[in-house]
Amino acid sequence: MGNIVKVGMADLNVCAAPDVITTLGLGSCIGIALYDPVTKIGGLAHIMLPDSNLMKNNTNVAKFADTGIEELLVRVEKAGAVKRRLVAKIAGGAKMFEVSGTSEVGNIGNRNAEASRAKLKSLGIPLIAEDTGLNYGRTVELHCDTGDFLIKSVGKPQKII
Amino acid sequence: MAEYSLSDVNDMYYDVLKELGNIGAGNATTAISNMLNIKINMHVPQVELLTFQKLGSAICPEDEEIVGVYLEVTQDISGSMMFLAKLDSTQALVNKLMGRPDDYKKEFDEMDMSAIKEIGNIIASSYLNALSTMTGLCIGPSVPYIAIDMAAAILSVPAIEFGKIGDNALLITTVFGDDVMIEGYFILLPDLESYDKILASLGIHM
Repeated sequence: MGNIVKVGMADLNVCAAPDVITTLGLGSCIGIALYDPVTKIGGLAHIMLPDSNLMKNNTNVAKFADTGIEELLVRVEKAGAVKRRLVAKIAGGAKMFEVSGTSEVGNIGNRNAEASRAKLKSLGIPLIAEDTGLNYGRTVELHCDTGDFLIKSVGKPQKII
Repeated sequence: MAEYSLSDVNDMYYDVLKELGNIGAGNATTAISNMLNIKINMHVPQVELLTFQKLGSAICPEDEEIVGVYLEVTQDISGSMMFLAKLDSTQALVNKLMGRPDDYKKEFDEMDMSAIKEIGNIIASSYLNALSTMTGLCIGPSVPYIAIDMAAAILSVPAIEFGKIGDNALLITTVFGDDVMIEGYFILLPDLESYDKILASLGIHM
């Protein structure tokens, strides 16, 4: 196994086989992995909010699903990935607190997941697997040699999607 | 609509938040000490403005489990607040509340979870009470919601709220206890308009 590249909250990065790229403890945020199975180049974004238009003077593109996925695409292409071969996998978007009613905090995970799906679709990148929603945090790892997207949660078996 | 973001805070504004944090945390600690009927020492609370990258690991490593209690705040100001504690600190609090020996350690059962909720409720309400007394604003908390999960996952909830207005989050750390010291963390998340109200009620205008 190669190096482990860490992605923080509202952050993104790219790497190539045999490296692994990870982000720890996704809650209502979404981890979006893009992967080119031929060049084995992958990228991971950890977005927090669905829509960059919510905010004026946005300084961090990685914070939002729309701008974050766009930037991630630019970065993996720059690293040598080819857009038509790219596939996407997403995880996260949990509802961490069982807040009742239609409160925004209860809903943000879903909205993040929806915005991510919509953005991938508009870019024409197929979303081939996802593990979203429910009420627990997820740590994710994209293994660039295989394209496996490994998901770890507290008190649950590991999952590969 | 407020015109500034949290990163524009000037020194005075920051001092006000710090002072609110201090008084709120002091009140909360007193409430706990009364409830448990023990004498509690307390360190001066620390107030930090952190970037998201640092927030996830501010309390402990991102994937370590912590306890989070979340309440929504309504009436004169709207927003939410959180009380966070590490598992060992939470265990110590629950042990004291249940009259168990200090070294008791077992996975939390339903009764424990309910005790944690109640502790969170008391801490958060006394915190908000202090804020309300100081500002003269009416502040009502919701029922508490609880989650035990990876630190970064729980902290993503306040981070997202802060994310709507800037790239930083305000974290208040308080350490209290007698023979066993307990570390607790507060995050107060008023909506942006509510910041204005809080400051205005204290006679501060940006």
